[in-house]
Amino acid sequence: MLYSEKVMDHFRNPRNLGKMEHPDGVGEVGNAKCGDIMKIYLKITDGVIEDVKFNTFGCGSAIASSSMATEMIKGKPIEEALTLTNRAVAEALDGLPPQKLHCSVLAEEAVKAAIDDYYQKQESQEKELADKPIEKV
Amino acid sequence: MIYADHAATTKISHAAKEEMMRVMEESWGNPSSLHTPGQLAKEVLEEARRKIAACLNAAPSEIYFTSGGSEADNQALRSAAYWGAKKGKRHLVSTAIEHHAILHTLDQLKEEGFEVTLVGVDQNGVVSVEDICRAIRPDTALVSVMYANNEIGTIQPIAEIGRCCREHGVLFHTDAVQAAAHLAIDVERDAVDLLSLSGHKFYGPRGVGVLYARRGVPLRPLIAGGAQERSKRAGTENLPAIAGMAVALEDAAAKMPQETKRLAALRDKLEAGLSKLPHTRINGGKAPRLSGTLNVCFEGIEGESLLLLLDDRGIAASSGSACTSGSLDPSHVLLALGLPHEVAHGSLRLSLGAETTEEDVDIMLQEIPKVVSYLRSISPVWEELESGARPHLI
Repeated sequence: MLYSEKVMDHFRNPRNLGKMEHPDGVGEVGNAKCGDIMKIYLKITDGVIEDVKFNTFGCGSAIASSSMATEMIKGKPIEEALTLTNRAVAEALDGLPPQKLHCSVLAEEAVKAAIDDYYQKQESQEKELADKPIEKV
Repeated sequence: MIYADHAATTKISHAAKEEMMRVMEESWGNPSSLHTPGQLAKEVLEEARRKIAACLNAAPSEIYFTSGGSEADNQALRSAAYWGAKKGKRHLVSTAIEHHAILHTLDQLKEEGFEVTLVGVDQNGVVSVEDICRAIRPDTALVSVMYANNEIGTIQPIAEIGRCCREHGVLFHTDAVQAAAHLAIDVERDAVDLLSLSGHKFYGPRGVGVLYARRGVPLRPLIAGGAQERSKRAGTENLPAIAGMAVALEDAAAKMPQETKRLAALRDKLEAGLSKLPHTRINGGKAPRLSGTLNVCFEGIEGESLLLLLDDRGIAASSGSACTSGSLDPSHVLLALGLPHEVAHGSLRLSLGAETTEEDVDIMLQEIPKVVSYLRSISPVWEELESGARPHLI
């Protein structure tokens, strides 16, 4: 078989599959021309990833890698999620064929892009608050 | 299980298998030996050669057995290049949609100093006779055009190209691997000088093929050694496979008229059903095609995941996506039609054959739309296509 049982399990029964209404952070990486796009949505409360969802256009290992990555960061503090590596994703899947390792790289990048987006949203919200003129009592 | 990948390989026929068993049991001698067991084996070998020659309207002495279609393609190109170069002809003409056995051999020949012109195809996957004729130069050593394409099934105007090459005095090779058992091949009518076949595409065994070389067209051995195959292909002949292949080709040729009609009807039903799915393109649909081949692109999804999910549902098919081609780019054939990369990634090839029934087609028509719509539902690309953020390309 091309893929491990773990990859096939995550491909056939993806965890955290779907979209999210009003996410706190969204990351989309990849390129349709190259045949892979991953989109990860985060719900973050008090610095912890409370919920995560994903949608993926891509091959079996792309879908499995995004599923595994979401499982690995769900319920974790942001700082811990930021330490997720492509290698850890590939290892958790009991390995990927060499030509498919880029799928685990995309999964790591998608998680980081979603967290980046969350930070940017936070910053702009804080800026909005700071810029708001203080109403005189 | 529904097997819809006959263009990859066919299941060996009962008659071919029986013939292989018989040859292994009764004709186990070395055809090069002068004793009786050897000469009995030699008779089997020559009988197979006669059968295959008859199917191609060739002479038995023009048939060389190889390890398969790829070896035949390699030897045809390398022979023509070698002898061409001796006369100062170092230019080769072929098409953008050839099998890799042709394209990669041409790449090697380019590295060795040959010049290669690859002629493109129209959006339906057919090469123009005029384009091929125009590409011929005084220093052209060979023209090689496939009989029918392996991915989309389009049939090329071989007889016309053959006539044009004959007029220009240029050797003509055709990779007929996908055509055998689907089309009546006639090396005289088609003015072909060199032709490749592969046993397992027409219900024969794997690992055996044929190179036809017209009388007077010199071959150069790829494998040096003994004097087998008129000194053009050394190594003791794979006799059970050769005999099995000959029986398979004869059978397939006899069944061809009814079988191609049956397959075309099944394919058309499948095509009509899948065409109803939105943003779907039939590749090569407007050109003459092999009767059992259907190639379709579904926008917004990727082919490998489609194949794996179909396999889970008992449907074996193939795709031209990058992930299945083993490279970063999707199928060179689909790109040659002018399809954008993102569309080519979502391709599915269904190739029907002897075991395919109407019930199979009905099941495929139930299952494929389900899998396509699931993959679209989880695809961020499809979401953008549907929201208008990304324009539909098909």
